[in-house]
Amino acid sequence: MHEETVYEALDHAHGGEGQWAFGTGFDEPLAGVDTTVPAGIDPADLGAYCLMLGDDALVLCQRLTQWVTAAPELEEEVALANCGLDLLGQARLLLARAGSVGVLGRSRALATDSIPDEDALAYFRDADEFRNSLLVEAPNGDFGQTVVRLLVASTWRLALFARLRGSRDPVLAAIAAKGVPELTYHRDHAARWVLRLGDGTPESHRRTQAGVDAVWPLLADLFTATDVETRLTAAGVAVDPADVRDEVRDVLTTVLERATLTVPGWPEEQPSRGRAGRHGPELTALLADLQGLAREHPAATW
Amino acid sequence: MTDPELPMLTLADLGVLRDVRDEDGTVVVEITPTYSGCPAMGVMRADLVHALHRAGFADVDVRTVLSPAWSTDWISEAGRRKLAAGGIAPPGRAPVRTSGPVPLSLGATRRTATCPQCGSPDTEEVSEFSATACKAMRRCRACLEPFEHVKEI
Repeated sequence: MHEETVYEALDHAHGGEGQWAFGTGFDEPLAGVDTTVPAGIDPADLGAYCLMLGDDALVLCQRLTQWVTAAPELEEEVALANCGLDLLGQARLLLARAGSVGVLGRSRALATDSIPDEDALAYFRDADEFRNSLLVEAPNGDFGQTVVRLLVASTWRLALFARLRGSRDPVLAAIAAKGVPELTYHRDHAARWVLRLGDGTPESHRRTQAGVDAVWPLLADLFTATDVETRLTAAGVAVDPADVRDEVRDVLTTVLERATLTVPGWPEEQPSRGRAGRHGPELTALLADLQGLAREHPAATW
Repeated sequence: MTDPELPMLTLADLGVLRDVRDEDGTVVVEITPTYSGCPAMGVMRADLVHALHRAGFADVDVRTVLSPAWSTDWISEAGRRKLAAGGIAPPGRAPVRTSGPVPLSLGATRRTATCPQCGSPDTEEVSEFSATACKAMRRCRACLEPFEHVKEI
């Protein structure tokens, strides 16, 4: 066992003032990582891309953890919280990567200097500065809809991350390689729930089909590259989202058919609204929850 | 130094300690997170700095390395024995990492684990997730005791 409590060790590491919390910078996720941007990569584009991927993870994490104290069974509550924790870790790394190349938006106008970049980006941007897709900000709905959205989101993100392991940005490649086994676990867990519910009772089938029908139109937001993604794909850094469409469609079709669910027609794809910062009121409400404490007490330590 | 959440293991047993070296009088320690969201990293970092300061090393630099990603295959043999002695089933071999698309797995999980209480191999998974990111919950069909299992990644 430890010779002292973890709090004493953290306290010692931060000057022994007896305070450590959000904003004290006690754990920089990229501490000691070489964040030099390789030649030929535009740092502004790289940061913007990391915000897209980081915001997807942060917002979906927040949605998943809304099930804590409300999931149908304790084990599933732990499962959704664990998926959220993995995504939160990915978000921290990606937001820190964006901060490391100076992409901070308007967050620094509000965040005090002691707040690390990842926290400034998470807590001190308004909804119009978030670059997450519409898929992840939509409300949870019931448990059936939640596992359908988790299936869609993790299938899509896993397909992207599997390819991003070859990114020319070594930091992004490392974050992706780390995320792949985590996302595989999330996707397969969600898929097994969709099978169980879709091929379950008439009521579970009906509700899961309703979940599919509610989530499906959001696929329209995922597969059209922004200018940033197009430039970074050409530079070997990013993945053109259109390149993962077939894999995503194949996986989703396989799961839904096995679950005896009806696969809706593919929605008409459109330029991403979420990537352009055009979000629904649901995101504003979600961010009010997420950011309220940090904004109320921007210099707080306790 | 021990892991804050698996205190029977040293950071070396767990495989998160990647390197310790002297760089011009500074002790450089490299650690890698188990999972992206591992909440213990901050505590590990603080513990390491604290311990090295107490041991008389004033200049300490604890660095994170992200690549290659941690694998349960890096848990040492001694670490596996300590886990089992602590009532936690150690992981089996991690799945082989490939560079292409990740195949879908729709069947029941194929993981197996031996009961750390009675040694029976007749155990079942109760939940794919548990109290920390790195573990699943299982139950022994022989002695009926629940136990945790470090899942293979």
